[in-house]
Amino acid sequence: MNTLLSVRELDVNIGTVRVAAGLGFELAAGERLAILGRNGTGKTTLLATLAGLREAEAGTVSLCGESYATLGPRRAALLRGLLPQGQIDAFQATVLETALIGRHPHLGRWAWEGRDDERIAREALAAVDLAGLGSREVHTLSGGERQRLAIAALLAQQPKLYLLDEPLAHLDLNHQIAVLDLLSRRAREDGVGIVMVLHDINLALRFADRALLLFGEGRTLEGPIDRVIGADSLARLYGHPLRALEDGARRYYIPQ
Amino acid sequence: MPTRRRALLVILLLALLGLASLVVALAAGSLPVAPAELAAALLGAAEGTAANVVRELRLPRALAAFACGGLLALAGALMQVLLRNPLADPYVLGISGGASVGALAAMLFGLPLAFIHGGSFAGALAATLLVFGLARGDGSWTQTRLLLTGVIVAAGSGAAVALILSVAPEKELRGMLFWLMGDLAHAGSPWPALAMLALGILATLPFARDLNLLTRSDLAARSLGVPVLRLRGGVYLLASLATAVAVTTTGSVGFVGLVVPHLVRLAIGNDQRVLLPAAALAGGALLTLADTLARTVAAPQQLPVGVLTALIGVPVFLFLLTRSPKTA
Repeated sequence: MNTLLSVRELDVNIGTVRVAAGLGFELAAGERLAILGRNGTGKTTLLATLAGLREAEAGTVSLCGESYATLGPRRAALLRGLLPQGQIDAFQATVLETALIGRHPHLGRWAWEGRDDERIAREALAAVDLAGLGSREVHTLSGGERQRLAIAALLAQQPKLYLLDEPLAHLDLNHQIAVLDLLSRRAREDGVGIVMVLHDINLALRFADRALLLFGEGRTLEGPIDRVIGADSLARLYGHPLRALEDGARRYYIPQ
Repeated sequence: MPTRRRALLVILLLALLGLASLVVALAAGSLPVAPAELAAALLGAAEGTAANVVRELRLPRALAAFACGGLLALAGALMQVLLRNPLADPYVLGISGGASVGALAAMLFGLPLAFIHGGSFAGALAATLLVFGLARGDGSWTQTRLLLTGVIVAAGSGAAVALILSVAPEKELRGMLFWLMGDLAHAGSPWPALAMLALGILATLPFARDLNLLTRSDLAARSLGVPVLRLRGGVYLLASLATAVAVTTTGSVGFVGLVVPHLVRLAIGNDQRVLLPAAALAGGALLTLADTLARTVAAPQQLPVGVLTALIGVPVFLFLLTRSPKTA
């Protein structure tokens, strides 16, 4: 299997707060990794580091076998996409224009979005259940619709590695499942890699193959999700006791 | 999303409007010039008073007005992108404040016109560098920090301007007030401003799609391959230089830089690839027409053109603001 993301001996700090120390893991094509941790443990910072948008204190991150320095911003943008938390729309824009943003790295300096780009953007909108809203103004959308629009822009970017910071924020239950289903299908069929920050343990168990737990103070645990997640590790992770419920082959965790 | 063809059409239409505004500016005045005479004068074939008035007085002034209107609108659109704030204008970061202090100080000492232009340009650059240096601080200049620094520098310059006005001799006061409100009567050569306008448009067009992304979140723009920090530095310097050249030529003409980008945005959307050249052309046309009004409406008395742009700009802007409450 080919390795999309390779992390070695990574130290990440925010000021004096340690996020990760000596972190190492690999993500192969088609794999889905969930990052779990309490608020303020540095999940977003770690994600930005994995995206090559923030210098690590030590260690290396390589994308498809190359460092971000040798890739450069443009080629990196063709390989990995980032869904940041929170969206800014100071100016008016239509839904289609916003989805087309994902095509930016695919276009030359003087090129304009063509028919193919528009088709890709419309398909991305349809994939997140926003078909037919292309000419709506973004500021008339609800919070959940905007979140799906941001995901559509990421789909239009067509990266090999998706880095998603709380992709389920503002989404209702059916769209949470739909988005995770969509990402899983891309992983299975197109072999993309998924790294996502999640807060729902049970959805992570169902839709991720691996998990990275951030305990704070630089302590981390990474591995296959069934092995990494258990009542003990979760209690240590969230500082709150959890109980496991069995339902056939599935296991669910609920807070006590 | 405008297609490339529609964008070219919009720009062509605005270029024609700009041309029309220049023709009006050349023909209108206390000595009206007929179209045939105008053409003859411009081609250099005609002699006499009318031809001289057109060539020596009206043409440089109209070109200066067009160039400065274009520069201000371009700088305003760039500042709005840079600060990610639709209410920003070219003066929001204290550039006109710095220029005013320089120009008024030169007037205070009774220096000739060249020194007034020089002082204004030096003041504008000093304010730019001051804000840039202070806002950068730890290297991570945020929009808020930049805006706050600019507002404070502008306030400081405002105080200095008030001080100069209060100690200035009576005979200089009128000139100073006209300069502060924007006035094209002493514009001088239009060529520096025209060259700067061409440079500004040529330098921004290749990066216009990157600028579209700059209006979104930094992280999203960077993840799409936009070199955000370098681009913002470049935009800041270019917008500042454009404003400095405009202010040096005409004094601080208000509202063109704020209202024109908004008007254009309402008409054709916020795609910088169309918005920037369109705003430059529309700004040029507006200031040319406003200046023509300023020197004809109460002739032989001349009004400061900044008063007219503000009189037009304020109601238009308030109307826009009530029409689209969400952009505020």
